[in-house]
Amino acid sequence: MIADGVEDEEKWLAAGIAGLQQNAFYMHRALDSNNLRDALKYSAQMLSELRTSRLSPHKYYELYMRAFDELRKLEMFFKEETRRGCSIIDLYELVQHAGNILPRLYLLCTVGCVYIKTKEAPAKDVLKDLVEMCRGIQHPVRGLFLRSYLAQVSRDKLPDIGSEYEGDADSVVDAVEFVLQNFTEMNKLCYTACQSFILLADPELRLAVGLSGLQGPAREKEKREKERSELRDLVGKNLHVLGQIEGVDLDMYKDTVLPRVLEQVVNCKDELAQYYLMDCIIQVFPDEYHLQTLDVLLGAFPQLQPTVDIKTVLSRLMERLSNYAASSADVLPEFLQVEAFSKLNNAIGKVIEAQPDMPTLGVITLYSSLLTFTLHVHPERLDYADQVLGACVKKLSGKGKLQDNKATKQIVALLSAPLEKYNDIVTALKLSNYPRMMEYLDSETNKVMATVIIQSIMKNKTRISTADRVEALFELIKGLIKDLDGSPDDEVDEDDFKEEQNSVARLIQMLYNDDPEEMFKIICTVRKHILAGGPKRLPFTVPPLVYSSLKLVRQLQSQEENPFGEEESTTPKKIFQLLNQTVETLSNVPAPELALQLYLQCAEAANDCDLEPVAYEFFTQAYILYEEEISDSRAQVTAIHLIIGTLQRMHVFGVENRDTLTHKATGYSAKLLKKPDQCRAVYACSHLFWVDDQDNIKDGERVLLCLKRALRIANAAQQMSNAARGSTGSVTLFVEILNKYLYFYEKGNPQINVAAIQSLIELITTEMQSETSTPDPAADAFFASTLRYIEFQKQKGGAVGEKYEPIKV
Amino acid sequence: MNFLIGAFKPACNISITFSDGKTRKQVPMKKENGQTVMVPLFQSQENIAGKISIEPFQGKKIEHNGVKVELLGQIEMFFDRGNFYDFTSLVRELDVPGEIYERKTYPFEFSTVEMPYESYNGVNVRLRYVLKVTISRNYGASIMEYQDFVVRNYSPPPSINNSIKMEVGIEDCLHIEFEYNKSKYHLKDVIIGKIYFLLVRIKIKNMDLEIRRRESTGSGANTHVETETLAKFELMDGAPVRGESIPIRLFLSPYELTPTHRNINNKFSVKYYLNLVLVDEEDRRYFKQQEITIYRLQES
Repeated sequence: MIADGVEDEEKWLAAGIAGLQQNAFYMHRALDSNNLRDALKYSAQMLSELRTSRLSPHKYYELYMRAFDELRKLEMFFKEETRRGCSIIDLYELVQHAGNILPRLYLLCTVGCVYIKTKEAPAKDVLKDLVEMCRGIQHPVRGLFLRSYLAQVSRDKLPDIGSEYEGDADSVVDAVEFVLQNFTEMNKLCYTACQSFILLADPELRLAVGLSGLQGPAREKEKREKERSELRDLVGKNLHVLGQIEGVDLDMYKDTVLPRVLEQVVNCKDELAQYYLMDCIIQVFPDEYHLQTLDVLLGAFPQLQPTVDIKTVLSRLMERLSNYAASSADVLPEFLQVEAFSKLNNAIGKVIEAQPDMPTLGVITLYSSLLTFTLHVHPERLDYADQVLGACVKKLSGKGKLQDNKATKQIVALLSAPLEKYNDIVTALKLSNYPRMMEYLDSETNKVMATVIIQSIMKNKTRISTADRVEALFELIKGLIKDLDGSPDDEVDEDDFKEEQNSVARLIQMLYNDDPEEMFKIICTVRKHILAGGPKRLPFTVPPLVYSSLKLVRQLQSQEENPFGEEESTTPKKIFQLLNQTVETLSNVPAPELALQLYLQCAEAANDCDLEPVAYEFFTQAYILYEEEISDSRAQVTAIHLIIGTLQRMHVFGVENRDTLTHKATGYSAKLLKKPDQCRAVYACSHLFWVDDQDNIKDGERVLLCLKRALRIANAAQQMSNAARGSTGSVTLFVEILNKYLYFYEKGNPQINVAAIQSLIELITTEMQSETSTPDPAADAFFASTLRYIEFQKQKGGAVGEKYEPIKV
Repeated sequence: MNFLIGAFKPACNISITFSDGKTRKQVPMKKENGQTVMVPLFQSQENIAGKISIEPFQGKKIEHNGVKVELLGQIEMFFDRGNFYDFTSLVRELDVPGEIYERKTYPFEFSTVEMPYESYNGVNVRLRYVLKVTISRNYGASIMEYQDFVVRNYSPPPSINNSIKMEVGIEDCLHIEFEYNKSKYHLKDVIIGKIYFLLVRIKIKNMDLEIRRRESTGSGANTHVETETLAKFELMDGAPVRGESIPIRLFLSPYELTPTHRNINNKFSVKYYLNLVLVDEEDRRYFKQQEITIYRLQES
């Protein structure tokens, strides 16, 4: 049925076009032979095709456009007729003899234009007559098109300022009056059209439901909507014409144009039309006019239909004003003068009040635009921005978390606006309502927003340098810092989570103040927040905090050299205490490896501060962790090497403490599970007894003991491997031990002699040649290069050369 | 054959010429056979003068009992065909009985002829003026020749010419108020007016203004009324909303109107009406008829 309707419409259109073309053909013939009577006759017949009621506006438009083109030819003819001496007044009467009103009025408008051009009558009189006569068409579609024709052909003939048709002093008024009247009438027609569409659509809807299920009506409705919007375009054209009249100055706009247009808009009572027309007004007239008439314009909004999409219109208005403000600094005083902000703010409040059903999305969009506006216009007035946020918060309160996806997106946009504008989170932190706003986001979006904030900080390298701000900042990004109540952890993607936490970690690094006092406060604040983060976050957040603290320690350390350091309350000691507690939290996670690393880092820092007890304490903690928590053998190996490495560099310990610690470390080394690991740990321990730049730690004997022990373990490893697999393992361990020997030999350890080295080399050679050994090219290469090193050292000559001389390869 | 034709041919050629025939305005007139001829135009109180020439065909002589010319004003009712009623009849004797051998010309004159009625050619009635030349003969039929002419009488603009203003309607359905700027229009006039829609509860499709001519002939039981719609002029297309006002501007010149004739010699009347017709979507017609007077204004 519907398909038939469409086909029929095509047929009707085709018939209409055919009829039109035929009459146009006769009309052309009449025009060619200068036969005025026939020209009028056939043009009227041609225009009669436009009398159809069967076409939808869309198709009608097609027909109309063809007629429009033909009428241009007729207009040319009329022009020539008047040049040939035909009185235009007679012509003007002659076309009115047509019996049918629609062709008559099209012809009248066409002749009317020629009339104005001849200047035999004032343009305003002719225009007035035309616009008045057009009232005869009350059929919405035909009327709209006729009036649109009038608007179009008269556009360049308005008695505007500077136009050749400009009449006496008030001619602009006449031009405006004309356009306004035409607009008014079209608006009325459009309203009727829209209404009749609703009526029309109704039975068809019912029909469609019966015939094609539920798809039909939706499609049909869509089509109607589209056609309605096409009609509105016709109406809107008038506003464009109005906007183009140069003579409309601010006063006239304020006193005449705007009130009249708004009256029409309010009266038309069709939601879509109102929306469209308001939008037209906003787009068509200059910004400064809007600014100066803000009261009036805004006053109209609450009068619109409750379903009108005001938010978009208002947003566009504010957007335009924002751009205007941004265009030049000179216009800003104007904004202040008219108190644009408070007016807009009030208007928004009223609109929201008037439309209680407005979705949250709408509310937020409005406030978001207002915020953008104030940021552009009053960048210095933070209180305005805060006010906007406050109002928004107030609106949102009681609604709980937002579930609407679009709404949350809008909030993100709203909250991002100040960040983008100021490029500085510090400013945003001053907005007290900012965090309250964020509470309305669901945790997911909250995180997104937090990430945005962090990225902004990163991008602009903002320094957050006071504890208060840090406090505020962490309040903002708490979505990332801790689990918000009720948020389901398990659904979070692992990678995303890491990404987020890494950004938090980066953020922590950005917090810095030169003043140690303040920096300490910052650290305390950060600590307070991140400790609330729960076991999953701590491994990410604690390290940067620790490093940040250690940085402070180092800073204090360098300052301690100056005499002012005395009165400071922030001492490394205090920080270390804090650090101790901080790292301790990791044990709950548990993340023993990480904790161990951090303890060792702290110990090293304490070492640099000459705080022996502190350093010892850290080591103790590390050892405890090693003993109690680190059970994985691979982790143990890593840990033990870390411990050895750190311990080796410690110089703060007294003999006793050091002994205890080294003893422990060696003990741990020997207890590693795999022989090769044991071996390597043990020979690494040898370094604990020989620190090159510390004369008091040069215990050659113990070094040798370690190495021998390592050698034994290596041997044992070989045998084990032989027993288990029937082949000896690689000689790598031996070569490594050989290297240690060579190191200590070179460093002058008296316990390491040539013989020992010599025998070790021989041992390796034998092992390599033994039948049971597995060939290992890497080990071979290692050994070969070790030997080459020896050769090289020999050839160097001098003291080193002499030392190596005895070694025979 | 020539002889035969000659026998039935009129014996002479009569021509009637008006003395100011060259300058006098000629107007078209529709003859009974449908042809249009141009005839001279007169008005009441004018002198009607001219020459009548009688030219016998070669070698013929006309014996007659006298030649006369009559000026007749006739009303002809079509249902009573053939019966003319002469409301004016003036006679001028042109010649005493005798014979005419050759072309002979007689001047004639009717001075300040009273011609109160205009020529009219309607559906059922015709009012015409004619000059009739009669050559009476003893034997055979008299020879007659006719010359039509048209009479138009001009009126000055009426001193009182009120507008027509009226409110009509159907209760709770449609209320309109219309206004025509005058009640008396001349033939080339233009009707200006407005229609206000005070209440519209029906779906109007369009609105026309019709000019109707009502010709009534006869009297008493024999009255014949013929109504013609001379003009159908669309005023509005589509359905107006309440409070709308629709302009009227109707030029009368394209239509073939005559002045209003009231009770012409007790034989007939021609009256004009403006009929405002509203048609609704079910093609029901709502109309209101108003008489207007049409007069002929002296053309300047």
